[in-house]
Amino acid sequence: MQSSLGSPTASSILFFFLIVALTLVVTYWAARRTKTSSEFYAAGRSVSAAQNGLALAGDYMSAASFLGISGMVALQGYDGMIYATGWLVGWPALMFLVAEPLRNLGKFTFADVVAFRLQQRPVRIAAAVGGILTVLFYTIAQMVGSGQLIKLMFGIPYEWAEIIVGSVMLAYVLFGGMLATTWVQIIKAVLLLFGVTILTVLVLSKFGWSPANLYGAVSAKYGKAALVPGGFVSSPLEAVSLGLALMFGLLGLPHILMRFYTVPDAKAARKSVLYATGLIGYFYVIIPIVGFGAAVLVGRDLVNKIAPGGNMAAPLLAELLGGQAFLGFISAVAFATILAVVAGLTLAGASAFSHDIYMSVIKRGKASEEAQLKVARIATIVFGVCAIGLGIAFKGQNVAFMVGLAFAIAASANFPALLMSIVWKKFSTQGAVWSILVGAVSSLGMIVLSPTVWVSIFKFEKAIFPMKNPAIWSMTLAFAVGIVVSLLTPEPRAQEMFEEEKLRTYLGVGAE
Amino acid sequence: MEKVAAPATPSVKQVPAGGHSARTHRSAAEVVASPEFKALVKRRWSISLLLLTLLFVSYYGFILLVAGDKAFVSQMVAENTPLAIPIGVGVIVFAWLLTALYVAWANRSYDPEVERLKGELRR
Repeated sequence: MQSSLGSPTASSILFFFLIVALTLVVTYWAARRTKTSSEFYAAGRSVSAAQNGLALAGDYMSAASFLGISGMVALQGYDGMIYATGWLVGWPALMFLVAEPLRNLGKFTFADVVAFRLQQRPVRIAAAVGGILTVLFYTIAQMVGSGQLIKLMFGIPYEWAEIIVGSVMLAYVLFGGMLATTWVQIIKAVLLLFGVTILTVLVLSKFGWSPANLYGAVSAKYGKAALVPGGFVSSPLEAVSLGLALMFGLLGLPHILMRFYTVPDAKAARKSVLYATGLIGYFYVIIPIVGFGAAVLVGRDLVNKIAPGGNMAAPLLAELLGGQAFLGFISAVAFATILAVVAGLTLAGASAFSHDIYMSVIKRGKASEEAQLKVARIATIVFGVCAIGLGIAFKGQNVAFMVGLAFAIAASANFPALLMSIVWKKFSTQGAVWSILVGAVSSLGMIVLSPTVWVSIFKFEKAIFPMKNPAIWSMTLAFAVGIVVSLLTPEPRAQEMFEEEKLRTYLGVGAE
Repeated sequence: MEKVAAPATPSVKQVPAGGHSARTHRSAAEVVASPEFKALVKRRWSISLLLLTLLFVSYYGFILLVAGDKAFVSQMVAENTPLAIPIGVGVIVFAWLLTALYVAWANRSYDPEVERLKGELRR
């Protein structure tokens, strides 16, 4: 099969400009409604549960889940499906443990909740460190991935791709704040779900509308091994540790947690998780069909030749089944996917700087609306420029481990402190600070010393830490440190406030 | 728990079903210390932890099963379909059902109680 991937075609350019134009119109509309800090960070808490569900799905379904998982299924078969389940199961846990208390207790960031009854400054600084590290590694992975993808799909040079993604995304966040970001994420979620649904329908139409026929074709071509678990879960401890990082990492992702402040109340927050889980679950259930379809119809050899790792399996399949026009559409959707995710990350990174550090630590909670908004926008520009710079600096580097790193830090630094602050009366300032720092340093350290970085990137002979996924240890350590230090440094005032705050945690009385 | 101002909760008249009339007003501390509020919080976490346990059993059970017993998950359950595929899809569907269960419980049982307790708050 001849592919026009890598050269800009009329249809890919058309869809690309349509999407950018549509999102910029939305940004213009949103900019006129973004005049206060609450509008900038939280869209004035005016987003409905269904809208937030779509936006959460748009924030979460990255290019890695669309192109990466379909490619993994195409090349490695069933193992890609195991990976897909891990990306979903955090959502119910998010609902059961943090969604409603988070909405009731916080204002703009998860640090609001952790610092609620503790000493503001040390806790804010620690939480901002955990939050910024998470967002930064996630952003680097997204930016480097996006440069490579856009180069592959549109033929645009890597550096230009970084600058285009960075500038368009900055326009959304800078002018339209959370409202524009929300709508970009909604548009992207709708386009992505629509595109993948069409791909799935086209694949099934080739196999008599029966997945069983598709599986039959897969096993006829690649053997039954493609339909059953392979080497991905050879070590149960490793698999469980990865599962823990994926599941509880979601509960510590600042850009996801931030979305819960855009809805009016805890009830809407709860409903939005149900919508998001349904949409994301649907996506992960059908994406393996796209992967298997690419394996049979496009063939593993071509998928692997165009992009090692299989990232182009879905676009190649789109071209084969729907022609150049459909390839153009899918490429533009992949581009929109990157934009929406990076915009959400930038807003979260900027809020950690401006709301947690500037407003709460430097200004001690006293700054005018104008000053807050100005600092939020400056932080956005700084973060956006850093994202472009880091994206270019890491060109050609293997950064796939950075998504895992972001999840490990989120699960080990942000999540334990967030959960303990909600449910544990005796949680203290020192306990929070040390739990976050130990969680961040241990997960970062263990990954650097693991085979993923120590051997694959630094080219050392043997890894110092044997596991690829350290979350099972670093998360446990963060909880243990948080508990021990809190018990050693009791804080009577915080314990008294725990009782008072329950009214807000569970009834929403006094929530922002 | 002993830090709350009000020593004991005065017996509270129940609000008649659907009525607004005979509402007893209480302070924030009284509501937090009331047995109804404590029961509500306890029930919320019991439900959450029960559903979380089911999620853990299904997901980590799935991971350990595909890691541990490849022969078992490789057996064919339908034409060309090894068991591994339906259970993978099943984990995702089950996870969504758990969230739906939580929302159904919260809408039917948690929210009305929250509204009732909020109504009792002295303003």
